[in-house]
Amino acid sequence: MPGTQSIKQSKKSIVIMGCGRVGGKLAAMFDAAGHKVTVLDLDAYSFRRLPPTFSGTALIGNGTDEDMLRKAGIEAADAFIALTQGDNRNVMAAQIAKYVFKVPRVICRIYDPLRKDIYEQLGIESISPTEVFADLLFNRLEKV
Amino acid sequence: MKSLYIIIVGGGKIGYYLGKALMNQGHEVLIIEKEVRTYERLEDELGSCCMRGDGCETAVLSEAGLNRADVLISTTSHDEDNLVSCQVAKHRFKVPRTISLVNNPINDKIFRKLGVDATISVTNTILEHVEQEIPAHPLIHLLTMSGQMEEVVELVITKDSPAMGKSIGQLRLPPDTTIALLMRENEKPRIPDADTMLKENDRVIALTTMDSEKTLERNLLG
Repeated sequence: MPGTQSIKQSKKSIVIMGCGRVGGKLAAMFDAAGHKVTVLDLDAYSFRRLPPTFSGTALIGNGTDEDMLRKAGIEAADAFIALTQGDNRNVMAAQIAKYVFKVPRVICRIYDPLRKDIYEQLGIESISPTEVFADLLFNRLEKV
Repeated sequence: MKSLYIIIVGGGKIGYYLGKALMNQGHEVLIIEKEVRTYERLEDELGSCCMRGDGCETAVLSEAGLNRADVLISTTSHDEDNLVSCQVAKHRFKVPRTISLVNNPINDKIFRKLGVDATISVTNTILEHVEQEIPAHPLIHLLTMSGQMEEVVELVITKDSPAMGKSIGQLRLPPDTTIALLMRENEKPRIPDADTMLKENDRVIALTTMDSEKTLERNLLG
């Protein structure tokens, strides 16, 4: 996978916004791989998804708030990943991380494919799970 | 006056009253509202001047005729939605002017940095009025220039101020700051020159920027 190599080289500091199924799993994976992980969520209940072995930081707070991002250590972060349920929240937090805090690598989840295209053009690295999953299903079923 | 086509995203109290006021001024207004109940209330009164949909979605904005819109104003209570509406309008539909309501005052600067033409922060606006009502406040915000980082502020010189007894030329002003006007009791307001000496209770009107405001306050008032 592209990108894996660069992460492996040294201990990275990663801020993840949204501790849902994907956010929680990703946080656990980076943590297990030895990186410094901070995961942000509005609801403390979401942190139940983190494994008992998780040694990173779990913070309650809004990732679209500049002060909160600062508390989460965004100024020293190597990567920021926006994974909340809200496309707009993700897009806003990703832009703050990229353009205000100059985080070197920012990735944003945007469910709406049209909105994803717009922000991709604006220079925000984005993934649309809608597109990815639809493609995956289409390719699998077409082979049958 | 030229009649403009103005799109308002969000039909809450602010969007509704703003829409009505702009219609009365002779503009063509369309309010986009997502919530069905809020939309129905709007539609009862405004009819075809409102539309139901998500004002961040390209398809909805396209149907609203954003291609020919002169201005988009986003007035929802969610800053992230306001930002996205303005950015989609600007980049996808080339709307010449986008204005966003800002709920969290910290986003004021960020939104301008991210390409929103003008921002309105309710908190800051109220704060400015409160400052003007409290005479003891040393630095008063009078006006924020739309679309820029510039602002007009008033500073009241007291006997303990570092600027007290100094001439305008001696003041340590940030490079982007200009002293525009001097107001002194029983005198006509005037444009001071470098030799004008500052006295106690002088009111100085300065043009500065959001970034330099703190330095200006420290250097003149301590």
